[in-house]
Amino acid sequence: MPDMQPLVSDFVLKLKRRKVEGSHAVARQTAELLRSVVSQHRMGSSANQAAALADAVRAVGEQLIAANPIELAVGNIVRRVLHIIKEEDISATAVGIEGLSVAVDSDDEYDSEHDDRPALSAAVLAAHARNALRAPSLQTLLEDIPVSPAISLTASSTGDSDGKSKSGDKSSTRKLKHDVIAAIGDLIDEIDSCYEPISEQAVELIHQNEVILTLGRSRTVKEFLYAAKEKKRSFRVFVAEGAPRYQGHVLAKELVEKGVQTTVITDSAVFAMISRVNMVIVGAHAIMANGGVIAPVGMNMVALAAQRHAVPFVVVAGSHKLCPLYPHNPEVLLNELKSPSDLLDFGEFSDCMNFSTQDGSPLLNVVNPTFDYVPPKLVSLFITDTPIDVALFGEIACWFNYCRAVGNQ
Amino acid sequence: MDIRRPPPRSSSGGVEPRFRQVGFVTSAEPGPAAAASVPAPPAAASPPASDGLSPVMIPPPLIPDHLPVPGHASESLMPSSPPPASSSRIDAVSDLDDDDNDDVDVSWARPPPPALPEPNKRDLTETKNEGNPASVAQKPKLSKAERRAIQEAQRAAKAAAKESGLKSTAKASDVSTKMSKQPKAGKAKKDVTQVNPPVASDKKADERLPDKDRKKDVPQPRMQYDDVQRVVKAKKHSVVNQSEAQNRVALFRHLPQYAHGTQLPDLESKFFQPDLMHPSVYKVGLQYLSGDISGGNARCIAMFLAFREAINDYSTPAEKILSRDLAAKISSYVSFLIECRPLSISMGNAIRFLKNRITNLPLALSESEAKSSLQSDIDRFINEKIIVADKVIVSHAVTKIRDDDVLLTYGSPSVIEMIFDHAHELGKKFRVVVVDSRPNHEGQGLLRQLVAKGISCTYTHINAVSYIMHEVTRVFLGASSVLSNGTVYSRVGTASVAMVAHAFGVPVLVCCEAYKFHERVQLDSICFNELGDPDVISRVPRGESLSHLKNWAENENLHILNLKYDITPSDYVSMLITDYGMLPPTSVPVIVREYRREHVWI
Repeated sequence: MPDMQPLVSDFVLKLKRRKVEGSHAVARQTAELLRSVVSQHRMGSSANQAAALADAVRAVGEQLIAANPIELAVGNIVRRVLHIIKEEDISATAVGIEGLSVAVDSDDEYDSEHDDRPALSAAVLAAHARNALRAPSLQTLLEDIPVSPAISLTASSTGDSDGKSKSGDKSSTRKLKHDVIAAIGDLIDEIDSCYEPISEQAVELIHQNEVILTLGRSRTVKEFLYAAKEKKRSFRVFVAEGAPRYQGHVLAKELVEKGVQTTVITDSAVFAMISRVNMVIVGAHAIMANGGVIAPVGMNMVALAAQRHAVPFVVVAGSHKLCPLYPHNPEVLLNELKSPSDLLDFGEFSDCMNFSTQDGSPLLNVVNPTFDYVPPKLVSLFITDTPIDVALFGEIACWFNYCRAVGNQ
Repeated sequence: MDIRRPPPRSSSGGVEPRFRQVGFVTSAEPGPAAAASVPAPPAAASPPASDGLSPVMIPPPLIPDHLPVPGHASESLMPSSPPPASSSRIDAVSDLDDDDNDDVDVSWARPPPPALPEPNKRDLTETKNEGNPASVAQKPKLSKAERRAIQEAQRAAKAAAKESGLKSTAKASDVSTKMSKQPKAGKAKKDVTQVNPPVASDKKADERLPDKDRKKDVPQPRMQYDDVQRVVKAKKHSVVNQSEAQNRVALFRHLPQYAHGTQLPDLESKFFQPDLMHPSVYKVGLQYLSGDISGGNARCIAMFLAFREAINDYSTPAEKILSRDLAAKISSYVSFLIECRPLSISMGNAIRFLKNRITNLPLALSESEAKSSLQSDIDRFINEKIIVADKVIVSHAVTKIRDDDVLLTYGSPSVIEMIFDHAHELGKKFRVVVVDSRPNHEGQGLLRQLVAKGISCTYTHINAVSYIMHEVTRVFLGASSVLSNGTVYSRVGTASVAMVAHAFGVPVLVCCEAYKFHERVQLDSICFNELGDPDVISRVPRGESLSHLKNWAENENLHILNLKYDITPSDYVSMLITDYGMLPPTSVPVIVREYRREHVWI
């Protein structure tokens, strides 16, 4: 796909230069890019069109992931698209099989007509049936499933098996592409509209006279609180400002516009105030397979304080943030250090910056990480756009949730 | 202890040995070491402590009726029951001669139960113990005038019968109503409120005196600023015109919050009205208000130096007694300083000390002698309790620093800087992580100092503490005060740092001078705190684009909270390093109880 390359390179560059940041934006743009990739892909007439398509997507995906490894949403979306491709393929095959078998069953008198479908051996049928019915797992998502050729790719539910089978490669490939593109479109819509199902859960958590604490700014949390306010629940919010980006100020302003009583506090005051807080609700950058949360810096401190005071710690996140990877040394490996100028003014401290010890290492280091890792045992509840899952056993529940989320495509 | 208790007597020249040594004694210990831990009164032993250092003292259990007590009312005060030794102690109590005695302020007012061997006390130069709650409980009520009469009589008797060499400072009886800061005083509830002792004492002096005789001294409830009448009353006396801040956070209505930036110009214009306030005190107040001086030790020292000058320039008006008038003046200065910025706990302790010394001035002193005695008291306090204490703390703390350590500190505690300097001079190889936070960015000053000395540093902000903690081997924190239940009251954010350190298994060492300890107990950071200027938070550095909260005051739904202090629970603290040595946080009430008396600041 030579004509796709500029688009892809463009996006890769944006990711590398951190022009695009934030799970939501990244996820959306990745999905759109992959949709274009799929639509531009020239489907060969070979047997494994789905596999070829998946390969193309995978190649692009690897480039994107390498551009910014910390944006885990990219990888999530790529995996989702691959899964879509396989699913569409399977469902097309299954419908074809279904149609065939229905035809076989219902049209007994047409036995003779269907005799010319010997290609559907029992084994192949069984294999496809298995694939269709198997719950999605990481293995099924990522492996290649051999696609039987010449299977009718009727996706319509009419079950009309006549005349659709063997309609020719052209129409089948077009069907596959069309379905995949439609499904990716659904995925994009789901990413955009992840806030509604989450916000619907707000009334189950927020009742009357609640005091809620949050840190920084998460759009999901904002929508969550808006929904609670709509339903006339009474609550107050303490917003920790979230240095050094101070996004807490933005959230406070937005909340106040809706009439929520908000108090802005410094991050250092979180421990002091948390004794009077009923619930901590925060957003996340990514949720790992063990239930650990990659969140804006400072969140681990809040989670520890919440645990100390037995305050529930609730993480709200769209399903595009669920990542099937396990974190290893996440504070260092899944983190990004930003410029020290956020913390220290270069001009003021220029005299200190010049010192160095004999072995050449500078006397003054400034550390400005962007993310923090919250271990799963500190989280009481995850809320995603699938129904509430209680993270009782951290990784199992989260993984299950991921599977369900992906499987609901 | 019990100020009301008339000094049992002491006309007999040195018959009853008042003191008995137990446990560690200092090198300058006069003879009676042998008498240590002997419950029986070392009868007829010459009064020990005839010179400078006196050991930890435990009053011998004497029987009251031995002693002729001047002032018969005192007899009635003598409970026949439990504390048999009360009289001897009372002796000490009444020893109002405050000859400027520097080191040895030994006075013993509390009768310990006779047979009870005192626990081994730590090495101490002086100790003063007052207030036996048990004995207090049995005091009959006396009216103020009666008590004063008793006091005067006792003083006279004492002066007459005073034997030399017995330097002891007894707890002055509460002659002046404003002096009722004695913690175990049966008569007065201890005015522990460092927030506004003078204002409170003005208001509460009357109620305090008669009724609370028998109560143990409990810290008096502090002034709560949501009590409208009290606030109005306080305002009447105030020098500074404060206007209440807008948009106050409801949870903190009990704390004062004023609109910042309004007082300074007003005060500056009043600077040249000399009758209001002594200029050096005024200057210190302005420095507090503008934030030029911050940090517990610095504020305390600045305040004391200002008072020293004020005392120097003071002259007793006609027909007034120096001690009372000066005490009143100091109270007015203190209330002015409170209006500028609420007192820190350490400053409150220091003020109590000073007031106590004032009231304990012997009447016989001339004005100049009294003034110089007070000045030397102030110098001694600053020297012993702050400067030398810091040196002791540093010497203890450097033993805890090993090579290749990574030490984390938060904010800018003065004593921590000294520790790092000293360790660096000793040649230890370590590096420092300075954690800082908004809005004051105090850590930047510390950072500069350390880098200038050649210590390699890492600088980060408090949100990144979890990130950096896995590299850290020790955490050193400073404190504004340590409370009786071992909780540490210090700059906001300290609790978060200690919590994260605890979660990562890193030991937390808190360094605090002993004069900052306090008997109070606080459960969380809301009960008592200081509110700073909220506008500082809305102003974001480098941020025109980021100043979203520019007009926050207009919106009634939006509040900004700038807390200054918070409470670190004692289970996060591994060790306290004080000038009494290295202790666990549970030892704080022991220190407060046993070693405070020596300084007569109660």
